[in-house]
Amino acid sequence: MARKKPESSDDPALRLSLLREMLLMRRFEERTAEAYALGKIGGFCHLYIGQEAVGAGAISVLRPDDYVITSYRDHGQALARGISPRAIMAELFGRIDGVSKGKGGSMHLFDRNTNFLGGHGIVAGHIPIATGVGFAIKYRGGDQVCLCFFGEAAVNNGAFHEALNMAALWQLPVIYLVENNRYGMGTALERASSVNDIAERACSYDMPNEVVDGQDVIAVREATIRAVTRARTENTPTLIEVRTYRFMGHSMSDAVSGTYRSKEELDEYMKRDPITVLRAQMEQRGEWSDEKMAAIDAEVRAIVEDAWNFADESPEPPLEALTEDVYVDTTSDTSTGAVAGER
Amino acid sequence: MAIITYRDALNQALREEMQRDDRVFIMGEEVGIYQGAYKVSKGLLQEFGEMRVVDTPITELGFAGVGVGAAMVGLRPVIEFMTWNFALLALDQVVNSAAKMLSMSGGQFNIPMVFRGPNGAALQLSAQHSQAWESWLAHIPGLKVVAPGTPYDAKGLLKSAIRDDNPVLVLEGEMLYNVKGEVPESDYTIPIGKAQVKREGDHVTIVSYGKMINVANQAADQLAKDGIRAEVIDLLTLRPLDAETVCASVRKTNRAVVVEEGWEICGMGAQIADYVQRDCFDDLDAPVLRVHQADVPMPYAKNLERAAKPDAQKTVAAVRQVLYLD
Repeated sequence: MARKKPESSDDPALRLSLLREMLLMRRFEERTAEAYALGKIGGFCHLYIGQEAVGAGAISVLRPDDYVITSYRDHGQALARGISPRAIMAELFGRIDGVSKGKGGSMHLFDRNTNFLGGHGIVAGHIPIATGVGFAIKYRGGDQVCLCFFGEAAVNNGAFHEALNMAALWQLPVIYLVENNRYGMGTALERASSVNDIAERACSYDMPNEVVDGQDVIAVREATIRAVTRARTENTPTLIEVRTYRFMGHSMSDAVSGTYRSKEELDEYMKRDPITVLRAQMEQRGEWSDEKMAAIDAEVRAIVEDAWNFADESPEPPLEALTEDVYVDTTSDTSTGAVAGER
Repeated sequence: MAIITYRDALNQALREEMQRDDRVFIMGEEVGIYQGAYKVSKGLLQEFGEMRVVDTPITELGFAGVGVGAAMVGLRPVIEFMTWNFALLALDQVVNSAAKMLSMSGGQFNIPMVFRGPNGAALQLSAQHSQAWESWLAHIPGLKVVAPGTPYDAKGLLKSAIRDDNPVLVLEGEMLYNVKGEVPESDYTIPIGKAQVKREGDHVTIVSYGKMINVANQAADQLAKDGIRAEVIDLLTLRPLDAETVCASVRKTNRAVVVEEGWEICGMGAQIADYVQRDCFDDLDAPVLRVHQADVPMPYAKNLERAAKPDAQKTVAAVRQVLYLD
């Protein structure tokens, strides 16, 4: 399919910035795991390690006025969208300077400034919301898109079907991006879905679809460019199945391997670490040097340390906050009318 | 003042608010070409077009979520459920998305939207189509719940609901759509969160809301024939609930009966009784009694259905009991 690309992906600077971004996600979440072990982070906490290329590649395509919505495995996408690592870490620590003021936690990162519409905790629950965002874009006659991430287990939920049917029926500018990491918690794809090629599900809705190697950030980016172009210029939704793998357990309480997947399988997939895959591409093009990489790694580690310190020093929410933000006390007569995405 | 039906009062509210604010749209099953399953949206498609009067597939969870998404980025959806019975399929979006978004986003994303449709039993629709969900819905922080029982209240509360920047659930009644009453053609709203004394009296307080307010009024009429002056309080809003108006009345009458459409266990009446015992314990001369649906799935047979539903006769009996007349 020869389509005009918004910008080329064969660009050394782009590769470098994607590498940096994936490295930031990786280092951020390594420290997240440590903070969890120390009891600084509580509740459910789902790491993105292994899947960084998906968030980094797909979100790199978006404009600032586009929308991103995702499930509870949301740290990586939030970082890719440009939300401050400080505000994310403070949220994980349950502090007032958190991006959701300590009310959301790991699973509910929200940021109005970057049109990051959450962090949702009910599997597939946010997929109809993405369809609604697409509806609102079309209603206003805008050319934004909504990029919606979810795991492969969500496609077995009725909300997925209902949402994609309406998006295709009404031709809404939404990109439904399935991160097929092979397991819905501990249940393998083949044990949960009657169709193993998730992308084929789109055929039920006569929706364009595509399968992509999720360990290759450039491939993810290229597929997203095609889908975003279709959405922006033709109001056509797309289902992208990104095949990836999570290197950690489902959540912090889940062993990395041993129950539902073997150590051998994990080791095999870890050979295709998204950071290593991009590194190989850069080496091939002579864009890699150990010194440069060491400098980038030191830079992102410093960012993560700063985020940790910021979060650690941020106060807990005051008790008065308990009853705040349950209702707004405005009406359309009194509110300013400024909304996300209107700039 | 014009005398119009509850249905037309809702229709006027929708039309006026859609004219007033182009971010308002209505979405649901049969709202467009069919003109509404109960004709509440009659004429709106012709006036506002397909983008603002949107027929959906039969997909309650899906279109409730579409509404939440649209509201999140600044539109003001009115989601019609053909009945609240079908809305059970959509409760994940109502409860987990609409109600909680503001809080879990730390105040960043409010959800200015309305979910509306008929609630409770009509006539001989049997178990799955005859359910009153208000206590489920009013349980949830982050939602507002209103239940108008008259055409005047229906128009004023729906307009307030559409203008509110929070998710508001409007509980209508299939048996109410044909009820007529005085409704001004002018623009007016009724404040959410305020109960109203619908009838003054000093012997007993009857607390009710929605469709049951008509039962309460009938009972008050019958009681008046025996010289019993009942004060009828219409809650109008079930969340936030105006306990103060209820308690002010009970302090005067010293007796209360709650008439509610739902089942007994954890029903609205239990909450009212709690407010009353807490706030006016020393004023009570009798226990608070409740008139509610029998604790069974609604049966089809006419006589059994009648036996299951709250009515004026049962209300009169409860009032006589709190007055120690029987």
